[in-house]
Amino acid sequence: MSYLIDNNEGARYLLMGNESIVRGALEAGVKVAAGYPGTPSSEIIESLSKVGKEMDIYVEWSVNEKVAMEVAAAGSFAGLRSLCAMKQNGVNVASDFLLHLAGSGTRAGMVIVPCDDPGALSSVNEGESRYFARLVEIPLLEPGDFQEAKDMAKWAFELSEELRQIVMLRSVTRMSHASGNVVFGKLPVSDVHAEFKCDGFVLDPMEGIMTSAPVDYRHTQQQEKLNKAREIFEDCPFNTYDGPDSPELLIITSSACTLYSREAISILGLKDRVGLLKLGTTWPLPPKLLKKYLSMTDRIMIVEEVLPFLEENVKILAAEMAPEIGVKTFYGKNDGKIPMVGELNPDIVVNAIAQTLGIDYKAMPDEYANKAQGVAMAGTPSRELTFCPGCPHRASFWSIHNALELDGRKGFVCGDIGCYTLAILPCGFSSLKTTHSMGSGTGIASGFGKLGGFGFDQPILSVCGDSTFFHTGISALVNAVHHSSNFTMVILDNSGTAMTGFQPHPGLKVNALGDEVPSIDIEEVCRALGARVEVRDPFDLEETRKTINQLIEDKQGVNVLILRQICALSPEKKGKKKYEMTIDEEICLGENCGCNRVCTRIFRCPGLVWDKEKEVTRIDEVICTGCGVCADICPAGAIKKSSVLKEVA
Amino acid sequence: MGNIQLSKDPYNIIITGVGGQGNVMASRVLANMLVKKGYCVTIGESFGASQRGGSVMSHLRVSRSSIWSPQIPRGRADVVIALEPVEAIRVLKDYGNPEVKILSNTRAISPVGVIAGELDYPSMEEIKKSVKELASDVWFIDATDEGLRLGNPILGNIIMLGALSGVGVLPMDREGFKGVISRSIPEDKIDINLKAYDMGEQMVRV
Ligand code: SF4
Ligand code: SF4
Repeated sequence: MSYLIDNNEGARYLLMGNESIVRGALEAGVKVAAGYPGTPSSEIIESLSKVGKEMDIYVEWSVNEKVAMEVAAAGSFAGLRSLCAMKQNGVNVASDFLLHLAGSGTRAGMVIVPCDDPGALSSVNEGESRYFARLVEIPLLEPGDFQEAKDMAKWAFELSEELRQIVMLRSVTRMSHASGNVVFGKLPVSDVHAEFKCDGFVLDPMEGIMTSAPVDYRHTQQQEKLNKAREIFEDCPFNTYDGPDSPELLIITSSACTLYSREAISILGLKDRVGLLKLGTTWPLPPKLLKKYLSMTDRIMIVEEVLPFLEENVKILAAEMAPEIGVKTFYGKNDGKIPMVGELNPDIVVNAIAQTLGIDYKAMPDEYANKAQGVAMAGTPSRELTFCPGCPHRASFWSIHNALELDGRKGFVCGDIGCYTLAILPCGFSSLKTTHSMGSGTGIASGFGKLGGFGFDQPILSVCGDSTFFHTGISALVNAVHHSSNFTMVILDNSGTAMTGFQPHPGLKVNALGDEVPSIDIEEVCRALGARVEVRDPFDLEETRKTINQLIEDKQGVNVLILRQICALSPEKKGKKKYEMTIDEEICLGENCGCNRVCTRIFRCPGLVWDKEKEVTRIDEVICTGCGVCADICPAGAIKKSSVLKEVA
Repeated sequence: MGNIQLSKDPYNIIITGVGGQGNVMASRVLANMLVKKGYCVTIGESFGASQRGGSVMSHLRVSRSSIWSPQIPRGRADVVIALEPVEAIRVLKDYGNPEVKILSNTRAISPVGVIAGELDYPSMEEIKKSVKELASDVWFIDATDEGLRLGNPILGNIIMLGALSGVGVLPMDREGFKGVISRSIPEDKIDINLKAYDMGEQMVRV
């Protein structure tokens, strides 16, 4: 049994922020949950899927975030509490539906959990989801620690039900992926019956039709709900103040920044001089509460990630209240005390406060800092990210790279989001030349493929993962075929959403709850759409390279090349070596060979090591996964593979 | 060893290594052992790059009574466990101080830049010298090598945890370790893990 469904009230566990949110949802009796994987949000749906059967919850990994939100909304419409979770980018994808859902309202409690990634620790953006709450006019909650993540998640469902409106519970990487102690409440005994009532008076929120029209009526209703939320937030226990009655400086903060701010005040020993107003309800802001605390002092610092969302909203209130509370001086993003880019940490807040109050602070004695800096400069080679040892992507990009070199017409690859995004780096031979959102490589390629009339003659490839194919790649492919664009789409099919931990997708025979489901065959779909389709094993380097050269020669229509080989970390492969690898030191000539040390200098699988003393390449037995590909890289044949299926203990 | 009192509150631990080494697993096991002893533990993890060869770190804050930031402030690590030796130095640059204690594995993982011959990896002697200059107490442990001898290099992480217990700064004990791993690993693997833990404890005692 998962500890997440321990029904002992008062039980105490160490939970990851995402798990706390899940526990809160379970305590609220969530019945429908859907999402699309994306760091740092994935553990939410994943944990729910593990307890779904026992707790009688319908859980799915949807094809994309928009559909996830729609699936969850159906639950709410039918009277079941529902949740959808996604990384920030997902909110962009779902936002069309979100806008309309905010207009129609919801029935049973419905919560959207976006997890933002300030500092882009595992993203190619640091976009904000908080602005969506303001944009579509729905309430926004932000937990400030792990216990609160649970308590607030539970409350979010109640709030949503009271307002008949979707509520956003926003997390960030340092909440979602950090862990802390959480005390459990009770799990409800639920006995629900799903029914969508839609035969009542059309405008009735519980029995009418669910739509955002007529717009003037529903929009007015929506704003009334927001006003009600504002009232409720005035005495919400998630908004707390800690500090003296008249502080020299008032810090207003939310989310993980609460922990940074509290620590900064403690480090500087300023508990008697600096006040901390921690807001859990960040949209709409409760004006009376703000007025009370803004009146305490004239100097206010706002600490948040990433954009000045709180800062702007607080300033608007302060401007409106100025006749009563006086003129304030603000510190934060706009005056540069807190950076506008990247994630924060306690040190950034320490420095901002120290600067504002004229305090001298040194984190390390100078002598130590200099010594450590010097040693580190000389002795810590940087670690560039790379594909895992044995990753099929390294082999795929090797062939793509070689095919484009051989072709010689300045061909390039358009990519999108997945492990293969790393191919912008040398580990993918720097083949990727565009990377934006999910599926966008193929959309961009579709556009490039129509530029022939303007003299464009470079070969175009797009790459797209199997999960990404279903997410948004497929619509780009439809567009390309329909418009007779000309390029080759390479589908890197590694049988799962590898980057985020192997969540199932429509190409697989199993769903989030472990049930057997019909799988959708990518190859058949592409053929049915009218593309020319080839399938290869990327570990067969020569065949793959040849096929790519043939396809990019083809000046007609859209070609699809499916490169099928499962991820090196997949549960089927992990710990099992297909080949035992050895280097024949007699044959490996190292620098003296004409190969220019292609294996370690260019192919660069981390399983290969250049032995400086002996001047030969070595296999690192701990790191090599025995995929055998490097044997075909070495032109001298010094890398040997012998077939064994070895199980590691 | 299970009743050692923390010398500071919060007591700050960093576990560092390279993606794929099992950083997250090690930090979870340690944190759960401490939670069982009644402590509040906050863990901050960077695991975006964890599968793909980047440097990774877990920050553990151990306290009698409160939750702390998941990121340790600069210069405030109390003990650093490095699953990979140059990562110890990288961490000290940001979080070190003259009182910090270091336990470091000796098995190097070459960054791709080193594999390609573009960057140099310092010799073990150089690393030892640098780390000693920057820390008050230092233990170098052949954890991966011993783990390999036990049948799986990943056991090196457990040897490192045993060693941490052996240096006697945290309330850790064998029973607590057993209790925590029993929840997550198959029965037939428990003995070998306990053996690794004991080995680690012994290795720092000599
Ligand atoms: S997780 Fe899988 S797909 Fe991603 S880099 Fe590693 S082996 Fe490749
Ligand atoms: S066989 Fe070669 S390419 Fe494959 S993991 Fe081992 S070293 Fe890397």
